[in-house]
Amino acid sequence: MNEMTALKDPMVPAPFRIERVRKELSDTFTIDLVSAERRRPLSFLPGQFNMLYVFGVGEIPISISGDPADPETVVHTTRAVGSVTNAMWKLGVGQTIGVRGPFGTSWPVEKAEGCDVVIVTGGIGLAPLRPAIYQIMANRAAYGNVCILYGARTPEDILFRKELEKWRGQFDLQVDVTVDYATGRWAGRVGVVTKLISRGGFDPHQTVALVCGPEIMMRFAVEALAERGVPNERIYVSLERNMKCGIGFCGHCQLGGDFVCKDGPVFGFDKIAHKFAIQEL
Amino acid sequence: MVQEIGLDQLIREHPFFEGLDNATLELIAGCAANERFDAGQYVFREGQPADKFYMVRHGSVALEVRAPGRDSIVLQTCDDGDVMGWSWLVPPFRWKWDARATRLSRLVSFDAICLRGKLDADPALGYAMYKRFVRVIAERLAHARLQMLDLYGAGKD
Repeated sequence: MNEMTALKDPMVPAPFRIERVRKELSDTFTIDLVSAERRRPLSFLPGQFNMLYVFGVGEIPISISGDPADPETVVHTTRAVGSVTNAMWKLGVGQTIGVRGPFGTSWPVEKAEGCDVVIVTGGIGLAPLRPAIYQIMANRAAYGNVCILYGARTPEDILFRKELEKWRGQFDLQVDVTVDYATGRWAGRVGVVTKLISRGGFDPHQTVALVCGPEIMMRFAVEALAERGVPNERIYVSLERNMKCGIGFCGHCQLGGDFVCKDGPVFGFDKIAHKFAIQEL
Repeated sequence: MVQEIGLDQLIREHPFFEGLDNATLELIAGCAANERFDAGQYVFREGQPADKFYMVRHGSVALEVRAPGRDSIVLQTCDDGDVMGWSWLVPPFRWKWDARATRLSRLVSFDAICLRGKLDADPALGYAMYKRFVRVIAERLAHARLQMLDLYGAGKD
């Protein structure tokens, strides 16, 4: 947890007011929150998450998907797939949510300065990476080539489509999008996101790779990055486990000797490569 | 001035043909031709004789299945540098899918009838080529399996 921005007691949710809710996809929405106490900024690092509490329903971990340069508005993007997220989507502007956080480790955005950056992501995995993209874009001159390789289920499931189109329209970013399923009306790529890695415009020996998506996708993405020559030490992945307390007390998110909420969710792949091979984890 | 890379050089530099000796590369180049397809134009259609295989120089080709009463379903796209088509290796040598250029695409086609005879007559050459195609097929199969997993489907909170 960031010392400078930590809420007073990490186990006590602070009230945040819903400022905006917008539908991203048929089952995915983004919610903007501001502190209900006194517009207190909630500074965070790209890749960190908050525990969001819908009072009377439950609490879940959701990555922050907003711009780290705007800590007054806390932005989360999630899918409505269970009781908490469905209840959250039904809340209206002005209603209150409990927030604990931010928790966890972050993408090595500053460490990547001077290198090429390749971002490999699929589905809603783009949300936890968006803060990193914002930060890289705000300091674009500090990086070499920057590639965003994104995979979605269908053309209708492309998250942050307008932003992807905007980034693609810039001259200093490579943005490649592929989908798993499409009809003949779609003129873009069809195939798995890992295929994009072989043709990404980055120097594998000078590249930092940030990978986020379903764990199976990440396994194959890491393999494809290794085939291109990117070493494990410069590959970072974000893991998802059953985070509950957010501070490494309860053990729900234990992954071998690590707690994903505290030691992750962002891990250097070299630190956890051996755990990827253990099926029971 | 536009400088065109010759087919001979293109084939030599393509990873698919890496490791083949000069005589084989010359033989393959002798079976090769440049082809251009406009957006929407079919490279081949399901059921037609598979008498060629292709390498995508520039562009994108959708491998797709026709579905009566609905839009065609795209199985995958082949893009710059991809090798496309192996039905020429497997009896009855007919295309299983449609291949449609989704934008202006420049391909190199290889005359499979010419090559098939040579591969049959020269087992070492046949083995060398089959090894290369098996790698492409295995990669496509792995990708197709990943697509089938519906990786981005919703979980639960």
